[in-house]
Amino acid sequence: MIPLAFDYEVAESVDHAIELLGQHGEEAKLLAGGHSLLPIMKLRLAAPTVLIDLGRLSDLSYVRDEGDHLAIGAMTRQCDLERDQTLQEQCGLVAYTASLVGDPSVRHRGTIGGSVSHGDAASDLPSALLALDATFTVRGSNGERTVAAGDFFQDYLQTVLEPDEVLTEIRVPKLNGAGWSYKKFNRRAQDWAVVGVAAVVERSNGSISSARIGLTNMGSTPLRATAAESALAGADPSSVAEATGSADEGTSPSSDIAASAEYRRHLARVLSRRAVEEALSR
Amino acid sequence: MRRIQMTVDGRAHVAEVEPRLLLLHHLRENLGIGGVHAGCNTTSCGACTVHLDGESVKSCTVLAVQADGHEVTTVRGIMDNGLWHPMQQAFHEAHGLQCGYCTPGMIMASISLLKEKPNATEQEIREGLEGNLCRCTGYENIVKAVQLVQQHSNGQAQPAS
Repeated sequence: MIPLAFDYEVAESVDHAIELLGQHGEEAKLLAGGHSLLPIMKLRLAAPTVLIDLGRLSDLSYVRDEGDHLAIGAMTRQCDLERDQTLQEQCGLVAYTASLVGDPSVRHRGTIGGSVSHGDAASDLPSALLALDATFTVRGSNGERTVAAGDFFQDYLQTVLEPDEVLTEIRVPKLNGAGWSYKKFNRRAQDWAVVGVAAVVERSNGSISSARIGLTNMGSTPLRATAAESALAGADPSSVAEATGSADEGTSPSSDIAASAEYRRHLARVLSRRAVEEALSR
Repeated sequence: MRRIQMTVDGRAHVAEVEPRLLLLHHLRENLGIGGVHAGCNTTSCGACTVHLDGESVKSCTVLAVQADGHEVTTVRGIMDNGLWHPMQQAFHEAHGLQCGYCTPGMIMASISLLKEKPNATEQEIREGLEGNLCRCTGYENIVKAVQLVQQHSNGQAQPAS
């Protein structure tokens, strides 16, 4: 359980990190909290020859109120998200979902930027950010760009980040009156989600005006339950069970030791119903 | 090799280490702190839990170079002038251990938990220790030990017995 040898660089700033990425090319990896990367390096599933440590970039740890949205620095740790009062009040879905990641010691190290950049479909925060229509600010040698969460995740552990790009900020909307929920289903303490469902539901005049549903561990990337979202738009709250019956449409869950693909589909439907019902109660 | 400096249990240590050296191995092998236990090595069991700048972390998933310039506290460093830390005393009194392998990690995680949530409910204590596994399944008394520290809210260390 020891990683292959690598060289280690400490980034003094985002620009320095970009410069180091440029120097070392595709063999380099950014190190944030290390709680996704180091485990796969110990298993030798990843073997970067250079690690560029972002751990000293304390200026990337913040939650800022920016009017209609909140800006979250990429190096903000999960424990800081969990405890942040602005997030709790304005975008409770992020604070709550962060509180379900791993365990407290993991959350003392793991960062939101690390969770997003790693791009693991089984990770909780990415699907919550997908349901929130979050946007990601990334910076590279060609300057800065903004990527919608829906365009960010490409395939298993693959994102649109270029080899010389650094994710610097995550922006989430203030939820105002919208209801939210995250339902994580697992069988043992600290396990990954067998399936997770994030929901953001807006209401008007007693019916559902829109629902956005993010699915954890239902394919090679975090996914939106688009069929269920369409069925829920304009629906009466009494028809949630029927509308979420299509929550697994378009997904491709895998079978593994925790669950069969068929069971995951069942969970996606049931958890979507529960998540939307809970969101409606908030 | 990279030169690092960290404070461990109140004492400054300088070392030349390979970047891939885990904090766990640095503490055990370079500094000889056997109280930091190596368990699963996969961020699951929590036997290797230490404090990094006062917060619990699993030292099998932190590189020694990441702790450069920081303060590390192990179970060895929590006694005060030969007196057990209140959490150690409580684990003793409540018999919060069987084989003892998980104990250093449990104690370090429990101290970190109560620092963040002094009034944690029983449920919050159980959730707060979810990253620490006791394979003797002695969880009941571990939870009782943490509650005992809450009850002794004046937090005075008890003499070693």
